[in-house]
Amino acid sequence: MNKTPLYEAHVALGAKMAPFGGWLMPIQYEGILAEHAHTRNGVCVFDICHMGEFLIEGDAVKIGLDQIVTQDITSMPEGACRYGFMLNKHGGGIDDLVVYRIKKDSWMLVVNAATIWKDETHLKENFRGEYRFENVSSATGKLDVQGLQSKELLNGIFGENIAKLKYYTFADFIFDKVRCIISRTGYTGELGYEIYAPNEQIVKLWDLLLSDPRVKPAGLGCRDTLRLEMGYPLYGQDIDADHSPIAAGFEKYVDFFKEFIGKAALLEEKSSGSKEHLICFKADSRRSPRHNFAIYAQGKQIGVVTSGSFSPSLGVGIGMGYVSGNCSVGDKLVVKEAATEIPVTVVKKPFIGKTSL
Amino acid sequence: MNVPANLFYTKDHEWARVEGKKVYVGITDHAQSALGDITFVDLPKIAEELKQAKYCATVESVKAASEVYAPFSGKVILVNSDLAAHPELVNQSPYEKGYFFVMEISNESEKTNLMDAKAYTVYLEGLSK
Repeated sequence: MNKTPLYEAHVALGAKMAPFGGWLMPIQYEGILAEHAHTRNGVCVFDICHMGEFLIEGDAVKIGLDQIVTQDITSMPEGACRYGFMLNKHGGGIDDLVVYRIKKDSWMLVVNAATIWKDETHLKENFRGEYRFENVSSATGKLDVQGLQSKELLNGIFGENIAKLKYYTFADFIFDKVRCIISRTGYTGELGYEIYAPNEQIVKLWDLLLSDPRVKPAGLGCRDTLRLEMGYPLYGQDIDADHSPIAAGFEKYVDFFKEFIGKAALLEEKSSGSKEHLICFKADSRRSPRHNFAIYAQGKQIGVVTSGSFSPSLGVGIGMGYVSGNCSVGDKLVVKEAATEIPVTVVKKPFIGKTSL
Repeated sequence: MNVPANLFYTKDHEWARVEGKKVYVGITDHAQSALGDITFVDLPKIAEELKQAKYCATVESVKAASEVYAPFSGKVILVNSDLAAHPELVNQSPYEKGYFFVMEISNESEKTNLMDAKAYTVYLEGLSK
């Protein structure tokens, strides 16, 4: 089991630790509800060192990088981030990722922890010509600072250039005399930043952030409830090799004006229709749908829950899942597991209203 | 971990407070701490007949749902209706305000299947090793 450079710090804070994607990660400190609320209303710091980072150099079209990602990355300005997918030739998801354009021919890819090796293999199999690839995941730490007060907080540490960062852009900053990258991105739905730095600086930055009375540490437990309330997918649950971005409802992150691996399968799926669709639903009660619970409509099973949890902001259970056939907003369904039956209503994402994003 | 001396305990971390034929039932401080923030409790119905060590309630936290088993056999005579709107009482006060229900027991000798506070404390120490 891998441990992040902050493992000792989590244990000292009394965190509940659990395995996630091959890493022993903090699930919660004070409690998921308190950490969730503090991210929505204040500012929290998350240890996200488990995620993977690749540095790539080369012309995106010539080396094949542009064809590996579903978004057009050649149109990105330097300093921009873009969210997209890597697909297999059947249009199924290999991973979702964020591409950072550092310079014209210099890129950083941020990928999920559990898929680092699979992604590296896929990239290398599809690269061509002259390129440089470096998997810097183990040397690179990542902290997510998320919440309404994150801008003010980071301005105090990194200077006023923080305030100039627009959504989905990044810039270089100096911390402890070392270069780090900060992007205005996140997985919570709140105003927030993701900070990439060498492990040694990450440990110092963590301590500095937590010495500020405004900041609380937050674990993966509330990271999951925060992202689910926004309808953000988790790779391995809501998107996977068996489902395309079309079926998952994320077509806006696919650019059909360019070539990419899986495009033919996606075009075919668009014309013939997806076998299943990812839907969002809200329980009529505090009962929570859970991963792998069955979804029923009029007494017949039509699908399976991919993500489900209690929504701290709404005070009811919420979830996502793939269903076959037609399902529209407002439809009444039932989520079942053994003797448990949870009546739910199909809703649009995001589950919650306006945030500080 | 708080383990009050006057209660009986199960291996599944339920507690029982015996007051003659009446028994208060809930989950222990260890259980609420392990589950984290409690978001929902599904209680048995009044007059429902329960069997010792069999399913009697469900407790949900943000992360998971867990089954609760009856510490004694008997009939449910009162449920803690405060838990419907305030399941967090189970976290805040597992042995008092966060009790689940009260039952009338039929066979007090079933307590020989339960642990006292001392035995439960030793049991918890064994689990943390």
